[in-house]
Amino acid sequence: MIEPNKKYDILVAGGGNAALCAAIAARRAGASVLVVESAPKFYRGGNTRHTRNIRCAHDSATDTLTGPYFEDEFFDDMMKVTAGRTNEPLLRMMIHESKDVLNWIQQQGVRFQPSLGGTLSLGRTNSFFLGGGRAMLNALYRTAESLGVDVQYDAEVTALDVRDGAFVAADVWQSDAIYKIPARAFIAACGGFESNFHWMAEYWGEAAYNFLIRGTRYNQGTVLKMLHGSGIGEVGDPTQCHAVAIDARAPQYDGGIITRLDCVVFGIVVNAHAQRFYDEGEDVWPKRYAIWGRLVAQQPGQIAWIIFDQPSLKMFMPSLFPPIAASSIGELADKLQLDVTTLEMTLRDFNMSVRTGTFDHTILDDCYTEGLMPPKSHWARRIETPPFYAYPVRPGITFTYLGVRVNEEARMIMADGRPTANMFAAGEIMAGNVLGQGYAAGVGMTIGSVFGRIAGREAAKNVRN
Amino acid sequence: MSAIELSHATASLTEADRLMTVCNSCRYCEGLCAVFPAMEMRRAFPDGDLNYLANLCHSCGACYEDCQFSPPHEFKVNVPKTLAQVRVDSYEAYIWPRVFTGVFERNGVAVSIILAWSVASFILGFVAWYDAKALFATHKGPGSFYQFMPHAGMAWLFGFAFLYALVALFMGARNFWLDIGEPLQTLKEKPSLWQAARDAGTLRYLDGGKAGCYTNEDGARDNRRLYHHLTFYGFMLCFAATCVATLYHYLLGRIAPYPIYDLPVVLGTLGGIGLLIGPAGLLQEKRKRDPAVQDEEHNGMDVAFLGMLFATSATGLLLLLLRATPLMGIVLALHLGVVFALFITMPYGKFVHGIYRFLALVRYARERRMMAEGGGEG
Repeated sequence: MIEPNKKYDILVAGGGNAALCAAIAARRAGASVLVVESAPKFYRGGNTRHTRNIRCAHDSATDTLTGPYFEDEFFDDMMKVTAGRTNEPLLRMMIHESKDVLNWIQQQGVRFQPSLGGTLSLGRTNSFFLGGGRAMLNALYRTAESLGVDVQYDAEVTALDVRDGAFVAADVWQSDAIYKIPARAFIAACGGFESNFHWMAEYWGEAAYNFLIRGTRYNQGTVLKMLHGSGIGEVGDPTQCHAVAIDARAPQYDGGIITRLDCVVFGIVVNAHAQRFYDEGEDVWPKRYAIWGRLVAQQPGQIAWIIFDQPSLKMFMPSLFPPIAASSIGELADKLQLDVTTLEMTLRDFNMSVRTGTFDHTILDDCYTEGLMPPKSHWARRIETPPFYAYPVRPGITFTYLGVRVNEEARMIMADGRPTANMFAAGEIMAGNVLGQGYAAGVGMTIGSVFGRIAGREAAKNVRN
Repeated sequence: MSAIELSHATASLTEADRLMTVCNSCRYCEGLCAVFPAMEMRRAFPDGDLNYLANLCHSCGACYEDCQFSPPHEFKVNVPKTLAQVRVDSYEAYIWPRVFTGVFERNGVAVSIILAWSVASFILGFVAWYDAKALFATHKGPGSFYQFMPHAGMAWLFGFAFLYALVALFMGARNFWLDIGEPLQTLKEKPSLWQAARDAGTLRYLDGGKAGCYTNEDGARDNRRLYHHLTFYGFMLCFAATCVATLYHYLLGRIAPYPIYDLPVVLGTLGGIGLLIGPAGLLQEKRKRDPAVQDEEHNGMDVAFLGMLFATSATGLLLLLLRATPLMGIVLALHLGVVFALFITMPYGKFVHGIYRFLALVRYARERRMMAEGGGEG
């Protein structure tokens, strides 16, 4: 329970990687810290629970990293995925700091392992958490609490008292009571708004209600909205979110990694009209991974089916739900409640246009279709060997891009460009500063740890002055 | 829920299959122990493979604390508990002879009854052999033990009990090996045996990937590994003491009891101390553990075995302490009763976990080598 009479230097809203790194850094710099996490204890940590690695620059191989990943290469990768929609000086600073964070985070009890089975492509660039994101969080919480950071669960910030860019106090709701918590600095590290369907619907209309949220249900964006309402500057495209195609049978929230499907290349994707709508062989992972969520979101009912046949079944990572199986395309159409004739025609057209080549799903191979619209430009193989399989897919939302503007101190910037007096932000809530679009595996955690640590350090400095 | 639907012998195995399908699509835990890398080599999980994985699990609990899908999440992933249930069922399935099927169901009760019966038999036997008054007289010097029971009788009785236990354990191990479908050839591969011996001897997979097992997510680390070492190596020292004493008797003609500085007594005392602290520590850590990860229904099996080991050592050390007093007779009866019960319940209690775990580690060592040499899924 919140102790109403206890006074804190710093109030941290949130409970994930960014919040904990901020709390630990601030506490280590001598400040007293209260962390308010809106989730109950088990669900603490927002989307960090579902993460598995962090992308940090490093100049040489380590026990768990197979080779160096220099700052310049990291920068180039980020320029590529964001197509230049970033704040270059801020990005460079983050990448530079990430080198030290790789060690710092381990000093806070986080442990790494070599890259996971099935993720060899990330073995050089990304450090994988031993036991995954929740293990990482458990370590950070243990460290924070042993340092004397107070943590409150089921504690949601419901109002902010901000006067001309200076934080005064926050209302925190816990167990049917509201506590006014004054503090000398405030750190917002409480995620985006992707779990708030009504807010998503403002940009996506009714379609938003058919989305699945891959992570926490607690990213409702309440603090984000209040900050913008208090005059803090906006950053990031409010209409955009990171969406991948995930199994349509996944729960509405918190399905995490195990509902992902990476088998688009092995078959065709049809919509509710039993028709193809996009080139399934356009590009390699992870690029195709990141576009299919959006593509499915644009289809009727926000649903589609990946259809493939027996030879492909064991060529990709297993996922939670089994594929729907049938001995003929007609039977499959029945099971999927698609029009039998149309689906058979779609398959026939596809099979007839396939030009045989040498199939290799690890490269852009020479198996493509001719005379088909839309084409399948690589990995096109006839779908003809029963049993036939289908995975239903829906858009799975990972995070939103809209956030608060910050500077290199992780200090929030007002809409008119003035820096705030004592307000800082870290993690998904400010990711839009460096990530204008796209995503690179593990970068969410880099943003959380680097800016969390900076926010904690700077807030503590602020408190001392 | 894998693509290939399998039917399973028990509800626990069905649940284990579901969990392995969940875990195989996540893989975050693969650095924690041997279970998850072994799982990744598979796409479907028939009963034999699940029994193999269950016996590979040391129940450290780290994967439960690290899991984003453990209860109250709707996926309800609880690998340690489910594999513990599968494990006990597997002990039951491998039992020899089959007439004893059911002994793992209420194992604590069964073992306690056998223990009570055994101790009572020795006390009654001593009284019948000697008169009750002489039982409480003071006996000293070499051969004093054998005034209550002739050495040959003792040797035959315990030799037979031990031999029986060995046969039953061997048959159980054979059933396990057949069930998991591993070729006999693997047991002839020295690198696999050596790797498994090291992994078992150091309890490599009881440390949650070098973090130590958790008691809960707040992370007070426990000392189960230390206590298990004290128990296991204490047991081995006691066993060594018995072997040395047997050699003394038959080869050198030296008759027990031996002086306290002599090898059997030194080994037995050191082992006995380990066997006091170890089981007591394990019991205490067990109480502290999160009940969520334990197969509480079969708690009695663990407690009975630990209690039996503790009693073996306690009565043995007591005998050393009191061997020159009038209480020697009754303590000797007690000690022999406990040891006899320990021997004959070895194939029917928690003791078997060591055998199956070791064999599972042998198979795992081979699978790891095969993976390293290329091939298999990954």
